[in-house]
Amino acid sequence: MLVNKNMIVEKTKQKIYEIGMDDMIEIDAAPNGNPIDYRNLNTQIHGAINENFTNIILNNVCGQRFIGAGLQGNIEITINGIPGNDLGIFMDGPIIKVNGNCEDQSGNTMNHGKMIIDGDGGDVIGLSSRGGKIYVKGDVGYRVGIHMKEYEDQFPTLIIGGTAKDFLGESMAGGKIIVLGLKILQDGTIIENPQPICGSELGTGIHRGAIFLRTDENIEDRLGVGAKIFELSEEDQKEIENDIKDFCETFNIPITTIDEKPFKVIKPISKRPFESNYCGYLV
Amino acid sequence: MAIVHEILNYFKVEINREQCKKCKRCVNHCSYGVLSFNGEKIVSDDQKCVACQRCAVMCPGNAIRIVQNESFLPPHGNYTRKIRNIIWAQSGDGGVLLAATGNDRPIRSIFDDLLLDACQVTNPSIDPLREKIETKIFFGRRPEKLTFVSDQDDLEGVSLKTKLMPNFEMDMPIMVGHMSLGSISYNACHAIYKAAKELNIVAGTGEGGLHPDFFEYAPNIITEVASGRFGVDLNYLHNAAALEIKIGQGAKPGHGGHLPGEKVSSLISQTRMIPKGSDALSPYPHHDIYSIEDLAQLIAALKEATRYKVPVGVKIAAVHNSAPIAVGIVRGGADFLTLDGFRGGTGAAPRIIRNHAGIPIELAIAAVDERLRQEGLRDQVTLIAGGSIRYSADLIKAIALGADIGMCAMPVLIAMGCRVCQQCFRGLCSWGIATQQKYLVKRLDVDIAKNRIKNLFHSWNEELKEVLGAMGIDSVESLRSNRDRLRYIGPNPHIAEILGVKHAGE
Ligand code: SF4
Ligand code: SF4
Repeated sequence: MLVNKNMIVEKTKQKIYEIGMDDMIEIDAAPNGNPIDYRNLNTQIHGAINENFTNIILNNVCGQRFIGAGLQGNIEITINGIPGNDLGIFMDGPIIKVNGNCEDQSGNTMNHGKMIIDGDGGDVIGLSSRGGKIYVKGDVGYRVGIHMKEYEDQFPTLIIGGTAKDFLGESMAGGKIIVLGLKILQDGTIIENPQPICGSELGTGIHRGAIFLRTDENIEDRLGVGAKIFELSEEDQKEIENDIKDFCETFNIPITTIDEKPFKVIKPISKRPFESNYCGYLV
Repeated sequence: MAIVHEILNYFKVEINREQCKKCKRCVNHCSYGVLSFNGEKIVSDDQKCVACQRCAVMCPGNAIRIVQNESFLPPHGNYTRKIRNIIWAQSGDGGVLLAATGNDRPIRSIFDDLLLDACQVTNPSIDPLREKIETKIFFGRRPEKLTFVSDQDDLEGVSLKTKLMPNFEMDMPIMVGHMSLGSISYNACHAIYKAAKELNIVAGTGEGGLHPDFFEYAPNIITEVASGRFGVDLNYLHNAAALEIKIGQGAKPGHGGHLPGEKVSSLISQTRMIPKGSDALSPYPHHDIYSIEDLAQLIAALKEATRYKVPVGVKIAAVHNSAPIAVGIVRGGADFLTLDGFRGGTGAAPRIIRNHAGIPIELAIAAVDERLRQEGLRDQVTLIAGGSIRYSADLIKAIALGADIGMCAMPVLIAMGCRVCQQCFRGLCSWGIATQQKYLVKRLDVDIAKNRIKNLFHSWNEELKEVLGAMGIDSVESLRSNRDRLRYIGPNPHIAEILGVKHAGE
């Protein structure tokens, strides 16, 4: 339901941003406790954008898929609840903030923009993304960051506050993934995450880009095909400094916490991992 | 480690020394390094010759002939020359052998075993030159039924209640199959898109993105969203008549595309949106699609992202279980379904898959058409079929078996000058088609190539009308799935049964 301009925002506990009031609108994704379907929800979002609202707050989101699919421009969407699969698919510019966990494939084929997930993420986050930033405060699932790629000034960055499962950064063709291995408890205390930093087949098929893991675990036997562990160089350090700073500010993590463990960086052995696998002869 | 074992060459360049003017034109035109001038005469390194015929065509003295190398291997009916060559190549290199174009095994064509019906006495035929025969078709999802609302008091006040889904019109039931910029040249793409626009048909972009120069052809272009998502951004999604999720390709079902870094020029880099010189590796599956439900999800996502303005469909290679998969795809929301048979072409694919995986398109069309009809879905969806539609006869038979549109690519390349040398994956196409090298690409004149494609399809369409007229049918839509107008004359009656076609004489 579209709610009129200048409605008062119900202050959520985890509010981590400011909202300008004039251009703000609230949409209830489950009026009277009945979730509306994604098509209806997206139609309302498009309606709001057509009326020049740039701050869109979605309340009671309950698994609706494709929120923000293919949206462009200077728009900020706040999601209170749990969005469904393919959040921000093909998105090209907007900022999406989620006060809650996410289902799978957030940021699928995203081109540009920012996604801040104040909770856990699902599987296959950032699939084939070509640009933009995705921050996940908690843990994520399998095949996260698969086939991320970069092009000219477009460079996707995916930062995970917690840990990841198997196939992290599979077939990666560009961009960077940072996994911090922290756990932020309900009351805001930050501890080292007891789970392993990542699962097996780490970076399998990677041929461009890099994965930064904040860990002292031995991850050698988790490496996938074509991936190699490097010690963090000064250049690498510089490469992630600003990203980590921004991430820590976003989720109120004291930057000193980060220094308590070293980073390992996973990069491709070769830019052409399967070069010698094929041959052409006139037979 | 590569251990080279010379493979007996297939071809020989014969130069008529009396006719040769030593102009060296052939040397310049050979992109495979076969010909050279040794100061005295033109000499050839026949081992490298691929019989692309460029030198022979360009020679002003008509002095060149490419002939088969008559040097003989001991004959063996089972270990053919080809099989021995494959073994020598692999034992020398140790790699997976690549191949281009479609399956080259001499497998019997089912299309060739089908005969068309014609009118005699009891039903009049139609003269297509004097009477209108419609070859126009509509592309996109059709509603199951139409409902109208009427205003009781006003007879004029009847209006359509059913919400129509996006559809567009094509003048011929023909589509140019998906070939990416990368697998073919800029000029070849340009000629194809221009021809599609002027003929009011559609052409596919393949999975390599759409160069911004070609956005003007968007109303006649179907773009692909494949597992690599190369070049897929909002501009790409918004510049298409229809969007196709590419699951598979007839020449390489189950295999991801692989464009080697050396072919990723700045033009290709711009189109695919990847850095220059980096490999473009398409993951084998879409990693957001592991089930029909997931596929339905991507279909819905694409429709959401394009605000329900264009049809969204799915392409699969014709494989053993195509029929139930097709049902899932249509139920999953696809507005069109593209089937690509095992003879479908490619710019590069592992030979083992190109030659041995998939099923013939004829059987897949019949099976899918039949199953969709059983499920009450057939009329809702546009069915495109390709995978060796070589000429109008194949097109007509494909439609009679159950396709709405015949898709082809190889005939388009041949029309532009391709000699089917099957070396596309080397990027040295001397005809400027399957190459990115500027000096070769400029050999292909866009307007001449465009006109040749237009002529080809114009003649196919006229032949289609002739056949429709002879059958007494006035619209191609009435030929679709009209299998009673086909008869089988091949050796295996079980094929006729699967096709739902009677044997000749029945
Ligand atoms: S193009 Fe013909 S005439 Fe010219 S050098 Fe070659 S063979 Fe001789
Ligand atoms: S397109 Fe060129 S390289 Fe490919 S088969 Fe035709 S002539 Fe040969």
